Amino acid sequence: MKTIEQTTEEILDLAAAHFKVPRAGLQANDDFYKTLKIDSLQALELLTRLENHFGVELPDYEVQGVSDFHTLATRIQARL
Amino acid sequence: MNEYKGKSLSWRIADGVIELALDRAPANEIGVAMLEDLERFTGALPALESQASALILYSQQKAGFSAGADLRELYFLAQQMEMSSALKGVREFLERIHAVLNRLDTSPLTTIAAVHGVCFGGGFELALTCDLIVADKMARFCFPELRLGLIPGFGGIPRLKRDIGNAVVRDLLLTGRSINATKALSAGLASQVAAEGEALRLARATAAQVTKFDRVAAAAAKRFIKPLPASDLRNEIDIFCELFAQPAVMQGLRNFVENTGAHPYLP
Repeated sequence: MKTIEQTTEEILDLAAAHFKVPRAGLQANDDFYKTLKIDSLQALELLTRLENHFGVELPDYEVQGVSDFHTLATRIQARL
Repeated sequence: MNEYKGKSLSWRIADGVIELALDRAPANEIGVAMLEDLERFTGALPALESQASALILYSQQKAGFSAGADLRELYFLAQQMEMSSALKGVREFLERIHAVLNRLDTSPLTTIAAVHGVCFGGGFELALTCDLIVADKMARFCFPELRLGLIPGFGGIPRLKRDIGNAVVRDLLLTGRSINATKALSAGLASQVAAEGEALRLARATAAQVTKFDRVAAAAAKRFIKPLPASDLRNEIDIFCELFAQPAVMQGLRNFVENTGAHPYLP
């Protein structure tokens, strides 16, 4: 079982790779809409990327209002 | 016309396969321009069908296959008129789009949607007219209409009911959630999942296989297994128009159109 820290780190790695931003510039508590400068369609891309990587289904209503990586990690962690 | 390039799509035919490429920025929203081009395509279909075995639908827009109906156009057109006129316009649009999608649905060709990115609402309904859906790993399917106080209006529910289990239809419709390609495959919605960027290539390989078969036999098989749910499709238009008259719908459209934040596509 992954720890929440491990899950968060993997999310940060995936987000940095997907949106081609420096990994070092991303922190767990960042607002990913602002830090990555993404809109909701791109947020859905991230969601799909995370679902494929972690092998989970994450209904988008569960990420409604979620905008930081750490909280996103808790939602994924609950389905691992 | 064996080749055509319009405002929102293009098509060409080669080696017995027609390729219809949607290409309207930002995400192939289906409004009047797309409808008119689709009508041109279905008008040209009889001549194309006589030379082909398969039809591939795909998108040239990076965002995905299609984000669905052009809600901005719908809102601004509806806002300029009385509700009775708006309703008449909506019904006319639905009648026209149904005619186009029913024609695609019942084409004797084997039809394949190569889907990447967003495949939402009306875009999902367009993909559902196809016999096969090849989904890129990054594809997402969704019926978000309930968020606006509406039901899907381009034939989505009757086609989903025909094609897959009712529990999945209810999940998609009543939660408005989006699902990924893996889920779509397990639900029986997609027939193949492609690696990123490979959906069109897989669709072409599938189409090449289809061209090996006798066209008359393939068309007969399709007629046998894929009846048009005509009665449900008619009912859908009536229900959609009934709901469209509710004040909550215009409010929902206004909220979507005026949303300048990052979240309009999330529930």
